[in-house]
Amino acid sequence: MTVFLVQLLTGLAGAAALFLVAAGLTVIFGVTRVVNFSHGSLYMLGAYVGWTVLAHLPHSIAGFALGVVVTALVLAAFGAGLEMALLRRLYRAPELLQLLATFGVVLMVQDITQAIWGAEDLTLPRPHWMRGFVAIGGERFPRFDLVLIAAGPLVLGLLWLLLHRTRFGTLVRAATQDRDMVAALGVDQRRLFTAVFALGAALAGLGGVLSLPDGSANLQLDLSVITDAFVVVVVGGLGSIGGAYLASLIIGVLQAFGILLLPKLTLVIVFAVMAVVLVFRPQGLLGRAADAVREAAAPPLVRPAAPALRLLGAAVFVLLAAAPFAVGPFAVSVLTEAMIAVLFAASLHFMMGPGGMPSFGHAAWFGIGAYAAALAATALHLPLPAALLLAPLAAAVVAALFGWFVVRLSGVYLAMLTLAFAQIVWAVALQWTGLTGGDNGILGVWPGGVLAGAHAFYWVVLALCVLATLLLRRVLYAPFGYALRGARDSTLRAEAIGLPTVRIRLAAFTIAGAAAGLAGGLSAYSKGSVFPTYVSIGRSVDALLMVLLGGVQTIAGPIVGALAYTGLYDALLLATSQWRLALGAAIVALVLAFPQGIAGAAQQLRRRAA
Amino acid sequence: MSLSRRSLLAATAATLATPALLRAAGAPIRIGEINSYTAVPAFTLPYRNGWQLAVEQINGSGGVLGRMVEVISRDDAGHPADAIRLAGELLNDQKVDLLAGGFLSNIGLALSDFAKQSGKLYIAGEPLADALVWGKGNRMCFRLRPSTYMQAAMLVPDAARLKAKRWVTVAPNYEYGTSAVKWFKQLLTAVQPDVQFVGEQWPALGKIDAGATVAALAEAKPDAIFNVTFGGDLTSFVRQGNTRGLFEGRGVVSVLTGEPEYLGPLGEETPEGWIVTGYPVAADTSPANSAFVAAYKAKFGELPKMGSVVGYALIQSIAAGIIRAGGTDTAAMADTGFPGASFATPIGTASWRALDHQSTLGTYVGRTALKDGHGQMVDWRYVDGATALPSDSAVKAMQAG
Amino acid sequence: MTVLAAEGLRKSFGGTAAVQGVSFAVAAGEMLALIGPNGAGKSTCFNMLSGQLRPDAGRVLLGGADITALAPRRIWRLGVGRTFQITATFASMTVGENVQMALLSHAGQVWRFWRPVRRRGVAAAAALLDQVGLSALADTAAGVLAYGDLKRLELAMALANAPRLLLMDEPTAGMAPAERTALMRLARDLATAHGIAVLFTEHDMDVVFSAADRILVLHHGALIAEGDGAAIRADARVREVYLGSGATSGGH
Repeated sequence: MTVFLVQLLTGLAGAAALFLVAAGLTVIFGVTRVVNFSHGSLYMLGAYVGWTVLAHLPHSIAGFALGVVVTALVLAAFGAGLEMALLRRLYRAPELLQLLATFGVVLMVQDITQAIWGAEDLTLPRPHWMRGFVAIGGERFPRFDLVLIAAGPLVLGLLWLLLHRTRFGTLVRAATQDRDMVAALGVDQRRLFTAVFALGAALAGLGGVLSLPDGSANLQLDLSVITDAFVVVVVGGLGSIGGAYLASLIIGVLQAFGILLLPKLTLVIVFAVMAVVLVFRPQGLLGRAADAVREAAAPPLVRPAAPALRLLGAAVFVLLAAAPFAVGPFAVSVLTEAMIAVLFAASLHFMMGPGGMPSFGHAAWFGIGAYAAALAATALHLPLPAALLLAPLAAAVVAALFGWFVVRLSGVYLAMLTLAFAQIVWAVALQWTGLTGGDNGILGVWPGGVLAGAHAFYWVVLALCVLATLLLRRVLYAPFGYALRGARDSTLRAEAIGLPTVRIRLAAFTIAGAAAGLAGGLSAYSKGSVFPTYVSIGRSVDALLMVLLGGVQTIAGPIVGALAYTGLYDALLLATSQWRLALGAAIVALVLAFPQGIAGAAQQLRRRAA
Repeated sequence: MSLSRRSLLAATAATLATPALLRAAGAPIRIGEINSYTAVPAFTLPYRNGWQLAVEQINGSGGVLGRMVEVISRDDAGHPADAIRLAGELLNDQKVDLLAGGFLSNIGLALSDFAKQSGKLYIAGEPLADALVWGKGNRMCFRLRPSTYMQAAMLVPDAARLKAKRWVTVAPNYEYGTSAVKWFKQLLTAVQPDVQFVGEQWPALGKIDAGATVAALAEAKPDAIFNVTFGGDLTSFVRQGNTRGLFEGRGVVSVLTGEPEYLGPLGEETPEGWIVTGYPVAADTSPANSAFVAAYKAKFGELPKMGSVVGYALIQSIAAGIIRAGGTDTAAMADTGFPGASFATPIGTASWRALDHQSTLGTYVGRTALKDGHGQMVDWRYVDGATALPSDSAVKAMQAG
Repeated sequence: MTVLAAEGLRKSFGGTAAVQGVSFAVAAGEMLALIGPNGAGKSTCFNMLSGQLRPDAGRVLLGGADITALAPRRIWRLGVGRTFQITATFASMTVGENVQMALLSHAGQVWRFWRPVRRRGVAAAAALLDQVGLSALADTAAGVLAYGDLKRLELAMALANAPRLLLMDEPTAGMAPAERTALMRLARDLATAHGIAVLFTEHDMDVVFSAADRILVLHHGALIAEGDGAAIRADARVREVYLGSGATSGGH
């Protein structure tokens, strides 16, 4: 029995740690609707700043408490600065664009943190009081974990008082319910948002500094907490602090018992919980039913490409086809990857732009396609055409299966369910060693025969990617594409004129999955190998970045975005060891300069000129 | 011919005396190097220092076969796909003579397969995966460090001496963790048939839930623990284990924990008496190591880490292979130059095995101890890699399967 | 001939009865108005008829067939067009494309992946737009239309499947008085010409009394009166409901 009690307490301590990160994220999202990808970076900064602050304070309980408060205040100032310098300029931009901007911040913070604090993990020496334990029926339980367990409800209580007993809190709650209303009442929304961001950052910093006694300040913290924090926020219900607490309790305790009972499943527990919750309760445990998506402006009309643009496209295609005669093999391999990226981005854009279904887990389909092709080639010894046929098919089958659950949701909830499924696919890739080779991946997937030469395979990639991208484009101009946009614009109207919106969205989801699967299959052959990283969150984020950078609401957007992003990334990676700082800064600059995406900005310019 | 320790020392001396002296003629030997510099900087930056030092010393003493050594280095950002693309750039645009590097096993495997496909040599420095030379080994791939199997094999004799019956294991749940546990179980059972493995934990890499993991391990009431976690996970695991008393009265056998990279962050919480593989950087006062440590400190102002040794030895091992091949012709290097070439490293002399292209570079086995608030390795001995490898027939079986 | 019959419809939201036992019928070619003060249950009634809401009890019969709780798109397929109180159109499409979509859906051509929409059913869409007086705006984005034009667009879309029954929720809201009259005259012409049954709610009593053949008055979710304009004007309970508070408290 004791072991269960101890494990329960351990779970509660874990829950408290989760809650501290998630609370700030949910407050920020609730009011500003910003999907703050840099929340993990704020947490990491909290750990590093806390480490520095605590090194200068006495190692007493009082010294620690003071250090924690100081760290939270430093992070509050940083958060306020971030909001004023960057996010403030983006509230009118399309949904999710802030995600792109905050991802730029993530990259920059990584390099800056390393420059300031160095690459090695930094640990906080634990004074005697921090190492103490209480005995529970012969088992020891860390005293500091009791502090954490208490910190959860304490922070929850303080937040409740702040939100229910102060004017600031009233405004925050009102803004969470209805932003426009608060603005209409003459409240200075900018100051409110800055304050909310500062509060959220302070909470992240608090989480970071409180993680020090049980761990270290290290450069992996940012990305390792951000997904868990998102899961908690989504499971709890976006914007609901009580929901975040409830969700962290459930996840923390399940995780602790999962480790005891099913140690092999630690990777997927969190995401399995999220998937189950979202399937049965799409708005999260304590979330309100999703309110109508408030677009900053009506999405633009879809017009056929102007003749000049078609001509440009044809010219670019001819140049690309002729490229191997003019450039070296490395440039050809870069172009190969760029073409694959174009198809990958176009497939996400298909469901995200016209379909209105943003995905945080698009790498799932890319990865399934890559694995399907690799297995077809190595295990089944199928020729390349068959393997490349199997790749989109496998991705489409799984996408149809998962999609059945996904397409019933909307907005960030939908995106998070795709992430949950992608993480499950990733865990399978990593752990089903017999099939996938686990972390060692599948090797030796090179094109053979007449395609063995780099040029021949490049032409195959070019042809297939251009063809598939053009097909996706063609579908968007056909009745199905219009029906898909109709389902996005107004589900009510779509159903009222007889459109089966769920089936339409599912079909679009499946088509997008198939296209991404083809991209994955091509990628497997171009790299000669497949690894679980093909299904990683980073890969999904890449797709999002490309689509957002190009512009969600333009049909050429994903093409432009993919070329711009891969070009930037490849060039900076070669040019500087500080490429993350440079890439992050470039992303932020592009977002600020072209909030509608690069292609979106070009389109606006053309309209204005016309 | 190989670089002896003496010539190494001479090289060091020459470097210090005439740092700008360039006596070599002919086109430089270009080594294309790829590693995860931004993804795992804590391990790869000391490694970079290591190879930079080696290049400086070799060039200072006249280069290799009279040619300067030039390393063109790339950051793979932790992605196998980027590593492959950059390898292509190094081969095709930079016209390097061979590829080297890698930290993560999957990147090592990807580069190995790329090398096989493009018919160029790849020398893996850090990656530990056994598959690199066995299951998926190929003519073009050589690996320097003692592999996961070898690390486990080096620890097993001391582990058996614990005479512990009930063991639990804790390892990150990806290939490195699972194969370390697999080999340890297999090898320990072979020498101690009555051993029982009564529990296992597989925390996600970088996301260990240390409290729950420690409690679950304790619940199995083990006599001894085999640990494969490292980095931030290890720090969290040790802290929770210390507070909860997991390690008290129990033997702990732990892979790589004695390396300065991992001992450093443990600081004053370093548990005492763990049986570990690692690198007693300051304590090994053999001439080769002392000279290396002194030169490293002079150049970088800090003590080298295990990664520094690997980076340094990587260049030495490549130089040896090229000298033996009499040039940088790939076929010559792959078939006659590298196989059998022996080379000096700061921690011992090693050679490239012809059988599987694994180097016989060893590592240190010892115990952890706490001195002046810092973790150290004590009671250590250098274990030659050649003694920790399976029989040739067993290797051949694995190469076939 | 009865096109639509509602029998004892009931619906509650969280214990509050919104509609409690409403029955009525609409005949082909008839214009039936459903009126009542705010919160009387008009929109709830409408949404049960067109499938957006599932009634707690009661039946909806279309041409004698039970269509209770069918999905909206199935009800539409059976020949029911509707407009919404808060207009719902496809903002990212032009006015013409909106109508084309309704026509394509009616023709069962939604699952077509090749020939572009701009080459499908343009003439038919133009004819419908002409009927509702939107021809000039055919190439304008629906997202930027004035409210009255949106109402007309909805009507055009509702007509795209040659409906037997037209459900119009506040069809003239946001229109100038002249426009209102014109729109209701159009509805009347359509009803007469094609034998369409029209059920509409409306706030503007002038519109109601001039356009409707028959009027139903809903109050607190129950029907309290039914009849032609004159009968409703004379009905004491209706007067009480509409003028009630003022009359009894001696207010204005």
